[in-house]
Amino acid sequence: MDIDAQTGKAKASPLKISLYTLLALAVIITPLVFEGYGWLFVPHIMALIGLYVMLALGLNIVVGFAGLLDLGYIAFYAIGAYSGVVVGAWALTHAPKLGPWIYFLMIPVAAATAALTGIVLGIPVLRLRGDYLAIVTLGFGEIVRIIITNDAFGLTNGAAGLPRAGQFIPSPFGLDWLQSHVWFPISALGRNFTLQIDNNVYWYYIIVLLCLLTIFVVRRLDQSRLGRSWAALREDEVAAASVGVSVMQTKLWAFSLGALWGGIAGLTFANFQQFVSPESFTFMESVFVVCTIVIGGMGSISGAIVGAVIIQGIPQMIQGLAAAGKLQGVGIDPATATVIANYRFLVFGLFMVIMMAWRPQGLLPSKRRAAELKPESPEIADVESEQLYDAQHDAAHPGVDE
Amino acid sequence: MTRLVDAKNVTMQFGGLKAVNDVTLHIDEGEIVALIGPNGAGKTTFFNMLTGIYTPTHGTLTFKGTTVGGKKPHVIAKLGITRTFQNIRLFQNMTALENVMVGRHIRTKATAVGAILRTPGFKAEEERTLDESYQRLDFVGLGHAANELAMNLPYGDQRRLEIARALAAEPTLLLLDEPAAGMNPHESKALNGLVRKVRELGVTILLIEHDMKVVMDLADRIYVLDFGELIAQGLPVEIQRNPKVIEAYLGSGAQAVRAAEKASESEMTPNGAEGPFEQSSSVEEEPHDV
Repeated sequence: MDIDAQTGKAKASPLKISLYTLLALAVIITPLVFEGYGWLFVPHIMALIGLYVMLALGLNIVVGFAGLLDLGYIAFYAIGAYSGVVVGAWALTHAPKLGPWIYFLMIPVAAATAALTGIVLGIPVLRLRGDYLAIVTLGFGEIVRIIITNDAFGLTNGAAGLPRAGQFIPSPFGLDWLQSHVWFPISALGRNFTLQIDNNVYWYYIIVLLCLLTIFVVRRLDQSRLGRSWAALREDEVAAASVGVSVMQTKLWAFSLGALWGGIAGLTFANFQQFVSPESFTFMESVFVVCTIVIGGMGSISGAIVGAVIIQGIPQMIQGLAAAGKLQGVGIDPATATVIANYRFLVFGLFMVIMMAWRPQGLLPSKRRAAELKPESPEIADVESEQLYDAQHDAAHPGVDE
Repeated sequence: MTRLVDAKNVTMQFGGLKAVNDVTLHIDEGEIVALIGPNGAGKTTFFNMLTGIYTPTHGTLTFKGTTVGGKKPHVIAKLGITRTFQNIRLFQNMTALENVMVGRHIRTKATAVGAILRTPGFKAEEERTLDESYQRLDFVGLGHAANELAMNLPYGDQRRLEIARALAAEPTLLLLDEPAAGMNPHESKALNGLVRKVRELGVTILLIEHDMKVVMDLADRIYVLDFGELIAQGLPVEIQRNPKVIEAYLGSGAQAVRAAEKASESEMTPNGAEGPFEQSSSVEEEPHDV
């Protein structure tokens, strides 16, 4: 029996295939075009969006699949970044020749550190549910940031961040060569078009590859024994345990597999920025990641991408355009743009409220989550509205039954 | 016959309340045993002890010689006890098929790595899981509803789906908590057939049920609880005539009424003597204990 056919996965139609092809081309070509015309900040922003996609997909395992609200997810991002940079610097002092490879070698280190931290945090914390879990994970996120700010074990260099003065994060394999050798002055695209592969473009493609890897892994996890256990736990812990699903173990898997992607994204962020400091890992960042998946649609992969574009892309784009002087025409200078970007807290807050009222399942919800938040059939909608009416009616006339 | 469940002086105390008090009972392999009693008698509490949700405060409770008390629910499921719930606990937003596939959890062992790499072992196991799950759905008569969300199934089908999910784990002992609750006579008759079919698979069954037609029809032996204490045990015919049981269900006056009825019945039709359980509707209409 074919599993995909049985679980109702639709075959890709020609329309879908051509749509995906267009999307893939856009993802590959867009940054090159902007880079070529000198809008260097666009690939930079696209790379940052990519990192947010990774974070959102990782947190989606925890929040979307397993239904555990984690408000301190950014801590794993920080742990990945710092563990990668610290261990990388240590490795370089012993084997300087590793320089160009150090980022790639540190991926498993950052992933493992974050995943292990996820387990260590998870064991005491996952006994809690719902709001309590959210509060404790929020605390965890802040604790990690404060420990880093206080130069934990003399490793993190406090608020000044890493690398320390005089040290540097080596550029990854191939970047220097590409920068000095690859040069496309393409006259057909206008005389302003000269394409050079720089730091932004290089990391953009690395991040796109990592996102694809994340999507690949997350999808496969979702459609597996583990994915079913997560969904079952989210639905009903007691029932799941009654057929032998270990509540603790399954939650720990979610926590550590979610943290793992946060760790890899963190390491990539540190290498991309060539710098890492505690102020990148504030509580608001955790909130933004949660917002990303709520807006996009919990448990949904395409939702995470759309959410990241909205949450991370729009404010960054306004700032970037203004900084490059592209918005002078509409009277926005860089200072105004910063003010506008700071209104994102207000705008996203409003947006979330509107979403909750209008489309609680998110913009691109997963099928299952949509079902949870929306009655499947008109009959059920009728029953539900009747129950709601009854409940309101009872509330309006308390004590009628007594 | 092998002894499966052995409860010796089991007590479950919640503060000052003894929900189950000094109960001693046993279940042998291949039996259908019913646990009956008025609402609040401690039947579901006993189920919850046997499935690891509660730990007995006193006494020993063993399954196949292994102590059950203090073990986590998922460990007990692995030992071979699965159950259904009085107030249906399905994974409402998963399809019927997915519900049963979750039931296969302990019979499968795919790891996260296997799932990511889609190893041949993983694929084979997934296909087997799918196959077995369809079989369970067909077994309870829900093959047609495989891709329906559990919450969209009619009430009776939801109860059947719970049985399918519990059976998917290939249990030795299946606990059914009021499987016929809310069913019409036609449905509960079909349920009787299903429970018999389950027994034919070699699964031992412990059943809580208020519908006396179902109980008397199915059970090999019956235990009666009242206010947490075991007040009677025996074959269905014995239980039907047990004065203590009648009193527990219908009050002390019922005994006299019954005696009078019996007297008049024996005058009219010698073979028409039937216990009070024929009028089971009066029992059924009591509010269910929560």
